[in-house]
Amino acid sequence: MKPTLPLEELMSPGHLACQGCGAGIAMRVTLKALGQDTIFTFPACCWTVIDGPFPYSCLEVPLLHMAFEATAATASGIKAAMDALGKSKTTICGWAGDGGTFDIGLQALSGAAERNDDIFYFCYDNEAYMNTGIQRSGATPYGAWTTTTPVKHFKKEAKKSIDDIVAAHKVPYQATASVAYPEDLFKKLVKAKDIRGFKFIHIISPCPPGWKARPEDTVKLARLAVQTGIYPIYEVDGGKYVQTMKTPNRKPVLDYLKLQGRFKHLKESDVADIQKMVDTRYAELEKRFSEK
Amino acid sequence: MKKVMMGNHAISHGATLARVQVIAAYPITPQTQVVELLSEIVADGKLKAEFIKVESEHSAMAACIGASSAGARAFTATSAQGLALMHELLHWAAGARLPIVMADINRAMAPPWTIWTDQNDSLSQRDTGWMQIYCQSNQEVLDSVIMAYKVAEKVLMPIMIVLDAFSLSHTYEIVDLPDQALVDKYLPPFDYKYKLDVKNPHTYGGLTTPDWYMEFRVKMHEAMDQALVEIKKEAGEFEKIFGRRYDTVDPYLVEDAETVLVTSGTAASTARFTVDQLRAQGKKVGNLRMRVLRPFPFADVREQLKNAKKVIVIDRNISYGYHGIWAQEVKSALYGHSKVPVFNFIAGLGGRDIFPETIADIVALVDKKKKPDQELYWVEVKR
Amino acid sequence: MAKERKKIDFKKLEELPPMVMSLRSMAANPTGSWRNLKPVIDASQCIQCTICWKFCPDAAIDWVDDNPLVNLDFCKGCGICAEECPKKCIVMVKEGK
Ligand SMILES: Cc1ncc(C[n+]2csc(CCOP(=O)(O)OP(=O)(O)O)c2C)c(N)n1
Ligand code: SF4
Ligand code: SF4
Ligand code: SF4
Ligand SMILES: [Mg+2]
Repeated sequence: MKPTLPLEELMSPGHLACQGCGAGIAMRVTLKALGQDTIFTFPACCWTVIDGPFPYSCLEVPLLHMAFEATAATASGIKAAMDALGKSKTTICGWAGDGGTFDIGLQALSGAAERNDDIFYFCYDNEAYMNTGIQRSGATPYGAWTTTTPVKHFKKEAKKSIDDIVAAHKVPYQATASVAYPEDLFKKLVKAKDIRGFKFIHIISPCPPGWKARPEDTVKLARLAVQTGIYPIYEVDGGKYVQTMKTPNRKPVLDYLKLQGRFKHLKESDVADIQKMVDTRYAELEKRFSEK
Repeated sequence: MKKVMMGNHAISHGATLARVQVIAAYPITPQTQVVELLSEIVADGKLKAEFIKVESEHSAMAACIGASSAGARAFTATSAQGLALMHELLHWAAGARLPIVMADINRAMAPPWTIWTDQNDSLSQRDTGWMQIYCQSNQEVLDSVIMAYKVAEKVLMPIMIVLDAFSLSHTYEIVDLPDQALVDKYLPPFDYKYKLDVKNPHTYGGLTTPDWYMEFRVKMHEAMDQALVEIKKEAGEFEKIFGRRYDTVDPYLVEDAETVLVTSGTAASTARFTVDQLRAQGKKVGNLRMRVLRPFPFADVREQLKNAKKVIVIDRNISYGYHGIWAQEVKSALYGHSKVPVFNFIAGLGGRDIFPETIADIVALVDKKKKPDQELYWVEVKR
Repeated sequence: MAKERKKIDFKKLEELPPMVMSLRSMAANPTGSWRNLKPVIDASQCIQCTICWKFCPDAAIDWVDDNPLVNLDFCKGCGICAEECPKKCIVMVKEGK
């Protein structure tokens, strides 16, 4: 047996994520990459619950639970303290959902990115406010049902391009990742760990109840998100875009959409619209990938 | 060493002498000089600290919470709108039991826009679990910042040091800058038992069910009770080393006073000036300056007001539809212990001056009344 | 943190730390009871590729003598392992069968 990731587990079983939670995989792989000398802070999000109630936790590294909108600033504060205390080698991470990143936490995120604080900012993206019962967020894609974008008025706005927003801050490292490609995520984190400054990692993390999908399809969906070009995975290292999982023969978006109840109401023309949006965005990114 | 300095700089020097390790702050009038001087001191290497120039007061408090959780002595300063923006995180800092110290320069809340003083900003945060200390002089400001860390780190609750905008923040006074060696003797380094520690990892602040939430609230309340004991103890400890004493309340000629003026902040200096004038006319008037709002010094207030025939509380704040806030506090402390009538006057909102004559007029009005015939009296309102 | 599997049974306030903090791992919380379906691995087909292990959101697959072993105390029965196994040698069977 030749595991492609370290065997050591810093996330214990027994946590409270739903069956097949993509965010569980995201954390497990992240901890394998960053190791024991790591401190986390979480805002309000599914992970507030997943971690477990007092007096338990499923993390084997220190963790500070914090208010919903404060992730980046809290991580900056922890980092400043560690520097002041001569413990600069410890990796400091903010770990937030899409709501805590795209929406309510965006100001703090932008502040820390602009200051180029030496922290990791993770966004595990399940494309809605899941903790409060599947309401739309700025990360919810066009066409999706949520409890605040009901079927008759499904979401008509495109997903906010958080990666471009972060890129506009010219941070030293940022990457998108998918829980279907743990080795890719692992490699990116091991590399980024040695980069000083702000690091932004955006991980697509399927959510079976929120996406109305089968729990066993979590990894399949995370893979199809990449293979259809809906969620290309790449890194931006010192401004240079590199696609880390090439998709020369992109699959039709329908392959991805049809496995999820949140898109069930879409008509053929809606799907065609989504295909067009994805193609446009993908072409835009391809240009950046091919830049020398 | 004696130095002439503004109240805001007294804060910066207090924080420097306390050897704060992380500062996170955002500018707002009338607080700006606090952070300007601190950033200079840090940049010059005179204080070994990390200064995070955050993008908002909300992030300032978030960063302080992160830093304090990681075991660093954390400091910030703000005012009015900035303090209000922090509100959620003030609860967080206290609930997480973090000994953060913050200076708040009392500025009236908008709208309408204003930059002048009143106490509604800090008093609105009364129930967040922060200790609050109201200062009267720049010396007291500096000393209080140092003492604040001692008390906060003992009981694990945060402290707000409060001072009036302009009438203290921008007023120059002679301040004795204590020796660093003496301060070091008084205030040991912060050694936080519950810090985020990769060698001893714990999760802090996680989901807590009704089974235990309430017990943690009892613990916070008991920490406040303990804080009252510590504040009184530190009054003596501090005096032993520095020769200056600060208690929970600061009485002036109250022992034989028939009428006691209860004030806070710089209004106390004016009140004392008036007390001297009235005393010269043979009137038995005294002043009780409230220094500590939380933990509330019930016993001291009752003791100081036990001989009074009339109590006048001058509030530079208002709880709309109720009383001034200090009046509520004082009345509730006296209830069941004393039958002394308490007159509540609202004065000086939005930075309007409180003159000695203002206070003399208040006393004259109260002289004519046996007991209050209104819930509160507005002072010098144009109508 | 103590990896002990036992739950902590506080009796009164005095036993609590000053603030809410974790004192034990969630490994004290067996989630196996959440399961409707349970993964059964056909060891004879298994090629020890570790794919089932790396995708388990619950860290519920252990390695025993180089073979994958589902930890039924924790496995929630999501079925990802079965879905992703390249040899299709994991089947999800109804609990209690
Ligand atoms: C200031 C504030 N507003 C609202 C909430 C309620 N709230 C808690 S979690 C959450 C949604 C989180 O969504 P996201 O960040 O996407 O994480 P997820 O739950 O999807 O993992 C909301 C709205 C809160 N805790 N604090
Ligand atoms: S709601 Fe979704 S993201 Fe949240 S724990 Fe469940 S599966 Fe995970
Ligand atoms: S995925 Fe299948 S073949 Fe691979 S180790 Fe698991 S059971 Fe064996
Ligand atoms: S069914 Fe799900 S929880 Fe159980 S072992 Fe497989 S992947 Fe893990
Ligand atoms: Mg979400």
